[in-house]
Amino acid sequence: MADVILDTPVVAEPAKPAVSIRKMAHNPAVMFGGAVILIVLLMALLAPWLGTVDPTAINPIARNKVPGTEISVRTDTGERIKMVARFGTDSLGRDVYSRVVYGARVSLLVGVSVALISVACGMFIGVLAGFFRILDAIIMRIMDGLMAIPAILLAIAMVSLFRSSVWTVIIAITVPQVPGVVRLVRSIVLSVREEPYVEAAVTLGTSTPKLLWRHVLPNTIAPMIVQGTFICASAILVEAILSFLGIGVPPEVPTWGNIMAEGRQVFSLFPHNIIYPGIFLAMTILAVNVLGDGLRDILDPKMAKRV
Amino acid sequence: MYGYLFRRLLGTIPVMLVVAVFIFLMLRLTPSDPAAIIAGDNANAEQVAKIRGQLGLDRPMIEQFVIWSGKVLTGDFGESFFFKKTVASLIGERIEPTLSLAFFTILIAVLVAVPLGVLAAHRHGSWVDRIVMGFSVLGFSVPVFVIGYLLIYLFAVYLNWLPVQGYQRISEGIGGWVQRLILPSVTLSVIYIALIARMTRTSLLEVLSEDYIRTARAKGQIERKVLFRHALRNAAVPIVTVIGLGIALLIGGVVVTESVFTIPGLGRLTVDAVLARDYPTIQAVILLFSFVYVMINLAVDMMYTLLDPRIRY
Amino acid sequence: MSAPVLEVANLSVAIKGSGDRPHAVRGINLAVGANEIVCVVGESGSGKSVTAQAVMGLLPKAAMAVETGSIRLEGEELTTKSDADLRAIRGTRMAMVFQEPMTALNPVERVGDQIGEVLEIHTDLDPRERRQRVLEIMRAVHLPDPEQMIDAYPHQLSGGQRQRIMIAAALVLDPALLIADEPTTALDVTTQAQILKLVREMQGRKKTGVLFITHDFGVVSEIADRVVVMQLGRIVEQGPAEEVLRNPREDYTRMLLASVPSMTPPKRVPVTGQVVLQTEKLFKTYGKRSLFQPRARIVNAVNDVSLLVRRGETLGIVGESGSGKSTVARCIARLVPPSSGAIKIDGSDIAGMTEAAFRPVRQRVQFIFQDPYRSLNPRRTVGEAIIEGPMNFGLSRGEALQRARELMSVVHLSPEALDRYPHQFSGGQRQRICIARALAMRPEVLIGDEPVSALDVSVQAQVLKLLDEVRRRFNLAVLFITHDLRVAAQVCDRIAVMQRGVIVEQGTTSDVFAAPQHEYTRALFDAAPGRNREFFAGAAAGA
Repeated sequence: MADVILDTPVVAEPAKPAVSIRKMAHNPAVMFGGAVILIVLLMALLAPWLGTVDPTAINPIARNKVPGTEISVRTDTGERIKMVARFGTDSLGRDVYSRVVYGARVSLLVGVSVALISVACGMFIGVLAGFFRILDAIIMRIMDGLMAIPAILLAIAMVSLFRSSVWTVIIAITVPQVPGVVRLVRSIVLSVREEPYVEAAVTLGTSTPKLLWRHVLPNTIAPMIVQGTFICASAILVEAILSFLGIGVPPEVPTWGNIMAEGRQVFSLFPHNIIYPGIFLAMTILAVNVLGDGLRDILDPKMAKRV
Repeated sequence: MYGYLFRRLLGTIPVMLVVAVFIFLMLRLTPSDPAAIIAGDNANAEQVAKIRGQLGLDRPMIEQFVIWSGKVLTGDFGESFFFKKTVASLIGERIEPTLSLAFFTILIAVLVAVPLGVLAAHRHGSWVDRIVMGFSVLGFSVPVFVIGYLLIYLFAVYLNWLPVQGYQRISEGIGGWVQRLILPSVTLSVIYIALIARMTRTSLLEVLSEDYIRTARAKGQIERKVLFRHALRNAAVPIVTVIGLGIALLIGGVVVTESVFTIPGLGRLTVDAVLARDYPTIQAVILLFSFVYVMINLAVDMMYTLLDPRIRY
Repeated sequence: MSAPVLEVANLSVAIKGSGDRPHAVRGINLAVGANEIVCVVGESGSGKSVTAQAVMGLLPKAAMAVETGSIRLEGEELTTKSDADLRAIRGTRMAMVFQEPMTALNPVERVGDQIGEVLEIHTDLDPRERRQRVLEIMRAVHLPDPEQMIDAYPHQLSGGQRQRIMIAAALVLDPALLIADEPTTALDVTTQAQILKLVREMQGRKKTGVLFITHDFGVVSEIADRVVVMQLGRIVEQGPAEEVLRNPREDYTRMLLASVPSMTPPKRVPVTGQVVLQTEKLFKTYGKRSLFQPRARIVNAVNDVSLLVRRGETLGIVGESGSGKSTVARCIARLVPPSSGAIKIDGSDIAGMTEAAFRPVRQRVQFIFQDPYRSLNPRRTVGEAIIEGPMNFGLSRGEALQRARELMSVVHLSPEALDRYPHQFSGGQRQRICIARALAMRPEVLIGDEPVSALDVSVQAQVLKLLDEVRRRFNLAVLFITHDLRVAAQVCDRIAVMQRGVIVEQGTTSDVFAAPQHEYTRALFDAAPGRNREFFAGAAAGA
């Protein structure tokens, strides 16, 4: 029996993760997005050492100064020092540069937390809906209902009920994101369970939990990474919107939305309150979106169709 | 067709029911007294007691819900203690600016985005494509209010071409109405241009790889006609879907845009209501917007039957 | 011979970027004369479709380009023509019919308009004249009731009717050359026979030259005047059809022909072993009327099916698409629940069992799927795939791996390959792995749902041989689902012919093939391409 033992040449393709990582290093979108996010992350972590002062310190004698004005501020130790307000000051005399740098912390915290929580919840519920017929109808009706409420309104309504804090905002932004993830996961599960290899596992007597873990869930990872990235971008945006409307994180906390909200009244005279945090906000969201696009091209070419 | 419409209308009932239950529970599951919340911070004990009686808070939850939804179905959303009016009349006053804004936004978005998307797909991989896609990502990423303030600063403050903010009712003159809506609608349309252009491009590209496109080419058809006669109509379903979705998303954008441009519409009303913790109004606005969303979805589904002969119900 | 309609000389098509080979086709020469059908035959990757696309000037621009050589249509060089000139020729002097009539027609445009489009592009007929011409050609391709059908949408027509529309659109301007790229591959065998007949008829009508791409030697023997055999982008052999089919010169052609299963079943001793699998009055119904959809269609996918398979026996279920043959298989493997009836494995009825009660029986019934590319999880190694089942039933990892290694040699693969991933194997190898995976469960019943239909004919022969080997070795009861009568003739002891959910005829393979009783069975046999021809049977036994 000498016939056909590995007759065709074996394709020398290395295991999949390595391919993806190499592709990422060559993808300009991933590199650009990743680099900008890294910079913002470093800025958030190193905020105290980036020439900032206390971002919440009110300074009545230095109100509404244009960028570049020299102001004197009191340091933690109580002595007064002179410094240049690079991005100007707001109407309470707080240093806009310091607030912008510290503001990165809230944006990233909100973006990452919302992405992680909504993907985790969405995957759990989505798998249940996709694999168990009885639950499917109920879950999807609830998700349809939640999706019918405009995301921002839902977030606004939830924030309005509870004391405003960063975590309230995170939960309020997460809840409207979950139905989207559920739908995506469910559609993947529904299509994967039709795959012959899943049916093959059924005929091999593989139990349902093992079936999900081994054969179904791995198919959701790449789309979830991509979707999570887009959710992160959208969460940063919604947090800024909520803060901007004055119904997000408490106004004394430095966030990009809060800085802009504070500057709204005087913006035609002092546009720096809007422009600087606006640039940082837009750049960060852009970087996350670009990263998401790049990741999608690499990890999940089919999903590119779903926008 | 009518049978299908009827079935779909029935199908919206559970969705709206979920929305109603959610809105209903949201208020009752808060730790504090719903009556006190509804009455607002300035209410006295007597008013709170009156509301408690109206809401029937001492009765079982199910019964409360039935009473509440019965009132909602007749258009009775209660009274806004903050605005000192019935919620229904409040919404009636605020609906025109929002509709106007939404109308102009969608108009601009569709007129700009669809041609851009077609162009990008047609020149797939070229610099035109890249620029369109680049602007599209940018459009997603720059927050509405940042765009709004930039435009205000440029066109109203710096160039002084257009009024800064505010709204003029259509009954007070079409010219002023349009003039004051230009900046807000352009601002709000940016994200939809980004969304729709992108979707148009992707679905066209997908269609362009179909076999019947190859068939058309094999017949000797010219590229322009391949694109418009064969590709665009087949790509229409996802494009219409995303436009419908866009209208639904618009509702969220309206909230921000109306705040930036101080337009007294439903969006501004929502924010004011939240700031004042005026719950009857918040509930009504959410219900209304959700209802609009569901109806738009239904309309989009009905559009499919016109666009695709395969879809017959 | 008169001047050829099409003359391809020394044509090479380069694949752009880094593929596994630099050329899709290399240095090929072929000609199609007027009133002649030339079949280009080859397995997947032979470059036969690329050749067709190159002639039409429809190569995907981003991926491929004509590198050298010439393509002449009625003496006129095409490779140097501008896009606009080529467009003027396409549809008028050369036309093409594609494989999938489902997707090759624009779903949102009426079929009459799609035929008329050719006239719209290339003639200045007014709409009324165009309609007349469209009706004429629709009549010519024997479409029923053209006045009605001209305003239909593609989805309202059957597959065969759609392919007739495609042919009508291609021939409406009487081109000198018709290129048909696997035009019957997606169709059922009875429809295929009709379309082949139509191609013949239409070709004779205006003395059209036809370049007919196919992978099926049955089709070749039905229709070809001359044959061109391709392999890996090169032409291996060409000549008059009779000659190539009867006396192939090249080993490759010989091997291909030898791989085509014979329509004559070999002598088989009746199997008398114990009955392992039996179904009684099996039904599977889809669709349900409800309050909201009182007129919903109810389909009896499986209608009163009773069959039995003995140990060591292969029962074939033969039928066209929609006959319910796969549904029977899926019911037996409990991939779909049956609506009513009994399914007995070793005498115990599994149809109504709970999942827990069925579990011990599960390992006795194993399944091999059609698509070898999708029936292995791409993220898990071959070894993990094979040991999954045994470990579910309590084997330790070490024992299961030992069994997997043994089975790899049973299916003629190297045991070292257990650590590799599925994408590193060819389709035939994957199907071997799937067989090993099924055998690892030590089954009594093996169900194959079109297990060789996705494979090239040479690979198909090897996998069929393997299936026969394992049936003998493990004394398995095999239920073999296929649409291919040739395959059924070779592997089955008995066959059951299904049509619209019902078994219309059942008997030993030799009886059914020798004297089909039911008229549907007879129609199936009549439609089988090349039914009267033995392709080189026996002559290449050593291959």
